[in-house]
Amino acid sequence: MKLSEAAAALPGKVLTGDFPADPEISTVYTCDLLSRVMSMSEKDCIWITVLTHLNVVAVAQLADIACIVIPEDIPVPESTVKKAAEEQICILSTPLSTYELCWRLHDLIKGKTEDA
Amino acid sequence: MAEISSMHIECIIDKDDFNAAGEASSRVKKSLNMLGIPPKTIKRIAVAMYEAEINAFIHGGGGKAVADIYPDRVEVLISDEGKGIADLELAMQEGYSTAPEEVRMLGFGAGMGLPNIKRNSDELNIDSAPGKGTRVKMKFKLS
Repeated sequence: MKLSEAAAALPGKVLTGDFPADPEISTVYTCDLLSRVMSMSEKDCIWITVLTHLNVVAVAQLADIACIVIPEDIPVPESTVKKAAEEQICILSTPLSTYELCWRLHDLIKGKTEDA
Repeated sequence: MAEISSMHIECIIDKDDFNAAGEASSRVKKSLNMLGIPPKTIKRIAVAMYEAEINAFIHGGGGKAVADIYPDRVEVLISDEGKGIADLELAMQEGYSTAPEEVRMLGFGAGMGLPNIKRNSDELNIDSAPGKGTRVKMKFKLS
């Protein structure tokens, strides 16, 4: 499933505008401990986190994460959005909780795999 | 004659700018990308280097990051003049952390930094003593 397809299927807003990079999504990872995210997340994954400061973009960039999803309409600072756009990392803000996001993304990715 | 690196990257780790911590690892990652190094190797280098940079910021009061890219390897030195590590064996244990509460609130200080550095580097040498600062030397093979 392409990142743009996953984003379109979720309620919320892509804060970083369009998709300069639109990779095939590998998996979903959720954690708020940055060292753990760097060591465990997979390339081109969707990362769900409640953290919104600038270092989150640095971690996503270093770990080759395709998209940061911020749940529960947590406000994201403009500086974080700007930096993510520069690094071609998508930030999606959604009213869904982490639980709902995992559940929906699992169904979306699984459905896509079964279709293929 | 000393071997000359193909690329030399040097960054100051500013003690007052947490947002800039990670600048050196980001630059090294982009340089290695341009050189066509496999993504998994680049990620190992970037993660280890970022962890060391963050440590220098949190525990060392800022410092310096130096990276040299050679055809067959990358050498990185992250140094600070901070309080140093009192018990290195303890510091290497996963989950052990002396990070202050304010950085834990930002998702750092999980006690995984040094173990992550060790896991991702091919050679690691840490030179530190209380009051003498810390020098983290890492080597990564590029093959």
